Amino acid sequence: MRIRFFIDVEVSVNSSINAVLVFVLLLNLFLLGTSRIRALIHGAALQGVLLSVMPLLVQKHFGMLPLFIAIATLLLKGSVIPSMLLKALRDAKIKREVEPLIGLVPTMLLGALGTAISIAFASHLAVAPEHADTLIIPAAFSTVLTGFLLLITRIKAISQVIGYLILENGIYIFGMLLLEAVPLLVELGILLDLFVGIFVVSIIIHHIYREFASLDTRHLVALKD
Amino acid sequence: MLLALILVPLLAAFLAMAIPSNRWRPWVLVPASLIHLALAVSSLSLAAPSTSGWLALDPPGRLVLLTLSVLFVICSFYSIGYLRYRTELSNRVFVMCLLIFLAMTTLVTCARHLGLMWVAVEATALTTAPLIYFNRTPRSLEATWKYLLIGSVGIAIALLGSFFLAYASLGHGGKPSLFFDDLLARAPLLNKSWLEAAFVLLLVGYGTKMGLAPMHTWKPDAYGEAPGVVGALLAGGLTNCAFLALLRIHHICQAAGESPYTSRLMIFIGLFSMAVAAVFMVGQRDIKRMLAYSSIEHMGILVLGAGIGGPAIFGALLHMINNGMTKGVLFLSAGNIHRAYDSKTTDDVRGAISRLPFSGTLFLLGFFAITGSPPFGPFVSEFTILTGALTRGRFIAGACFLLLLLVIFIGMGRTVLTVVQGRPLRGSKRTAYRDGLFTGFPILLSLCIVLLLGVHIPAFLNAMLRDAANFLEVRP
Repeated sequence: MRIRFFIDVEVSVNSSINAVLVFVLLLNLFLLGTSRIRALIHGAALQGVLLSVMPLLVQKHFGMLPLFIAIATLLLKGSVIPSMLLKALRDAKIKREVEPLIGLVPTMLLGALGTAISIAFASHLAVAPEHADTLIIPAAFSTVLTGFLLLITRIKAISQVIGYLILENGIYIFGMLLLEAVPLLVELGILLDLFVGIFVVSIIIHHIYREFASLDTRHLVALKD
Repeated sequence: MLLALILVPLLAAFLAMAIPSNRWRPWVLVPASLIHLALAVSSLSLAAPSTSGWLALDPPGRLVLLTLSVLFVICSFYSIGYLRYRTELSNRVFVMCLLIFLAMTTLVTCARHLGLMWVAVEATALTTAPLIYFNRTPRSLEATWKYLLIGSVGIAIALLGSFFLAYASLGHGGKPSLFFDDLLARAPLLNKSWLEAAFVLLLVGYGTKMGLAPMHTWKPDAYGEAPGVVGALLAGGLTNCAFLALLRIHHICQAAGESPYTSRLMIFIGLFSMAVAAVFMVGQRDIKRMLAYSSIEHMGILVLGAGIGGPAIFGALLHMINNGMTKGVLFLSAGNIHRAYDSKTTDDVRGAISRLPFSGTLFLLGFFAITGSPPFGPFVSEFTILTGALTRGRFIAGACFLLLLLVIFIGMGRTVLTVVQGRPLRGSKRTAYRDGLFTGFPILLSLCIVLLLGVHIPAFLNAMLRDAANFLEVRP
């Protein structure tokens, strides 16, 4: 009876992880499909909030470490970074992404295809038995792919930064499998680097806007051989 | 001791922030770099790395640390002279970032945890962004943007690779770990498919930081637009740190019995980088961009040497030091030429030896050194790598290596000789720059080191190189 109870708990934990990850995957598709940059930032912030729940769900025993990581993630990905990007957006007075090289609908379809391939691919990998029935690995791959798609297809500097942010979110999801291997110090170091990175980037974005009166990266073509 | 090595430059950075005078602030660099060098030398004699520590110096780490520290001393003296000519800009951020850069690269050399090493490499990338943007021009802005974006994506891929490596160590009842010592001890048990995937991602990730082709596209832009002293530190310091990361990962893969797979990849990407560099170096008119392609070439040589293994590892480690020092000579003298002509293309720059006898001559000698002419250091190390290739039966790789070196010698020679020979063009702009003690002497010192390494490798350095080569070769 006792054993049965533990198995049930495990199954319900896994299913709640999967529920969160399904939302994350849906958000990926939303991000690929929207042309409004404000919506892009809000979507990334919502994804950050969802991801901050993950360390609490994956932990086996309640500990302080996952709690710290959850709080740090919530503050950084859910609030600080999005508000920095929103400020950069307000300064630059733009609203929409210009029509990308590959249109919005095709990139969304590519994203959906990528998700399907990730799920199929992950089932062939040598995965530890306790991770076999979660969506963590396919969701990580699919989110990394979404980040790449945003980075490649978008033209405005801010959208590309959000692409990088989503790419990092994918790696963060994979990191959930390794909470024991990555000590708090390193985890906080990674988040700090992300924060400083976005901070430096938003300063550079500000300078790009002042210099070119636009955030269109097609202006940045002076250097070539 | 190691902690002090990292904290001294950080404290100096705070000091630099507090000093209000633009004129006196750069002087912080000199005592900080000298103390760092003294600490680095005394930490070389520390005992071998103890297990399960966060910070320890492994034998290859010692080599990188020593090179870095010497190069930084040279660059800190040069910076004083350089910043005297740039009084129109505040150098507060510049000096601070240089010092934080030193602290973070030191952390890379002594980190024993993959995650910590990653954090340090990423931090160096972020501190160099303001350094590249120092000139505040649209071109430097573009270079900084490309550097940040490509560099950040590359380094994110390296993080994913590190996680894959940790996942490979899962199973067999063990907890996943990212400590190098744990991974080395458990290497034969690592899951092969995750390990191979991890190696590819880490090669791409840290390869982006090193500037291996085809992930090199940020490099000519960043080196071309950054001040010469930043170029010297990037090409001679940061790239070595990324190479160190690759060496450590290659070591784990070798211990896991994956060396046929990883060696093939490294030899291929090394030769490919050399080939790309050769193509873009022929007919290059911008001297700083030419140096960037030269850096791509030499990163290719390093990875090639590490991939061949055996005696070539010794050659690659020696070449890492030689390349770092010679890049110091080239970037700093190119910076002086740039300053004297207010241009860095062969359209305007001619007759550098007659206008700047000191820097012009050093630039020419640096060119001979970097292309592997005797009696300079790179000749010895490139020859060792070639011998290694032949003794290990890699004849095709050895032949390609020689051919590419020849093409690059000709391509680079054309640009360099156009710059240094003849008379300055009539009507070419003449600036107030003259070679001085601080902008000239550090370059000479750097060249003397390169010459010394070519004539006779000091016994202590030879012992360190042997140690490092044995450490990387022998299965623990």
